[in-house]
Amino acid sequence: MKNRSHVRIPAKIILILLTVVCLVCVVMSIANPSFGSGARNTAASVIVPMQRGLNTVGSFFTTKAKDRQKLRELQKENKELTEQLNSLNEEISSLIQERDELTRYRQLLDLDGSYADYTKIAACVISGDPSNWNDVFVIDKGSDDGIAVDMNVIGAGENGGGLVGIVYYVGKNYAKVRSIVNDDSNVSAMIAGNSEKCIVDGDLKLINDNQLNLIQLDQAAEVKEGDMIVTSNISNKFLPNLLIGYVTDIETDANQLTQSGHIRPVVDFKHLNEVLVITQLKYTGNEEEEK
Amino acid sequence: MKKIIRLILAVLIILVAYLLQSTLFQKFTFLSVAPNLLLIVTFCFGFIKGKHYGVYVGFLCGMLIDLMHGDVIGFQTLIYMYIGYMNGYFNKLFFDEDITLPLVLLILSDFLYSMYYYVFAFLLHNRLDIQYYFIHIMMPELFFTVLITVFLYRPLLWINRKFDSMEEGGTK
Repeated sequence: MKNRSHVRIPAKIILILLTVVCLVCVVMSIANPSFGSGARNTAASVIVPMQRGLNTVGSFFTTKAKDRQKLRELQKENKELTEQLNSLNEEISSLIQERDELTRYRQLLDLDGSYADYTKIAACVISGDPSNWNDVFVIDKGSDDGIAVDMNVIGAGENGGGLVGIVYYVGKNYAKVRSIVNDDSNVSAMIAGNSEKCIVDGDLKLINDNQLNLIQLDQAAEVKEGDMIVTSNISNKFLPNLLIGYVTDIETDANQLTQSGHIRPVVDFKHLNEVLVITQLKYTGNEEEEK
Repeated sequence: MKKIIRLILAVLIILVAYLLQSTLFQKFTFLSVAPNLLLIVTFCFGFIKGKHYGVYVGFLCGMLIDLMHGDVIGFQTLIYMYIGYMNGYFNKLFFDEDITLPLVLLILSDFLYSMYYYVFAFLLHNRLDIQYYFIHIMMPELFFTVLITVFLYRPLLWINRKFDSMEEGGTK
């Protein structure tokens, strides 16, 4: 560096010169705003295209960076939302289950109210008969809870509740119930309005249609579709006036002495979950004598 | 020949610094205040290469800013030039590996520049709240400028050394 210094004008001189130039420029441009516009334009014509290019590059990268940031944010949000959705779905399904349960309990409560005279024990259906031939089921209450054979079982349906069946076997903590749709079930019944006696007969062929046979109704009895069928007062096992179902069709038998038809039970036997067991047994003279 | 290459290199560095500062650095939204790259360039030339370079480079930087952005041509040129010149005084104290002195000098330079700008562009317009400008403009600028220099100083030194050795090789 020193070998070149002899060629150089001292920095101080240059500084002073340039300072004077600057000051002149300052004074000139204050006095005349358009001063140096030529120089400005020349500089701008060189610089501006470069700036424009760099800006394009810069905005490309900032856009990229922003996009990536946004992507990350969105992914995070998506994850959170998915989790939220899952937990909400779980909540919804459990709520739906609870709602269904509530509906059933309400129906049961209504049923309880409509047969208020009897004391009842609520029980849950815990299993059905494994074979396809019988419509019997097991409830979770047994002799420990006061269940006894021949107790009537009622259940709730969509439009009111009615007779489900009868307890035919009692264990310590469970009991078996034969439903009235079972093929060997015969219930002594009557038409609610005029007390005409008949038999409600379970039929395997009709189980899937959710129907029961109505037989041995007197030819003279006045009956029409929609009539209410209840358990009769002369039944020896069933308490009187428990709702069974409604007549769907009726016709006179070939013997011209009786009428028969079908009834639709009020209870939905396919979807029984909770039932009520009436602890009161039907009082009959015979039983009294036996005892 | 050497001089021409040096000149071209200096102009190139100034241009790059100016372009970076006027475009990319303005886009970094997290930097409310951009570091003063041109000041760093002026300072480096003055400190590393001496008064002559300081004056020339400072003049070029200042003139570039004045022509492109300033209302008054020569206003910023003056301060850049003087900063380059004054840092040239410390060229005698320049050692390759020492970074403390350059940082101190840089802080002083930037502070001087900020104060000059404040006094002439704001104070004379009756903007008296120096505290606000100090906290919101001067300090952040100082901070970022120093930060950038910490990373930039050694690479610049390295370039300078390479260039020097290449130049010497060329003369021999």
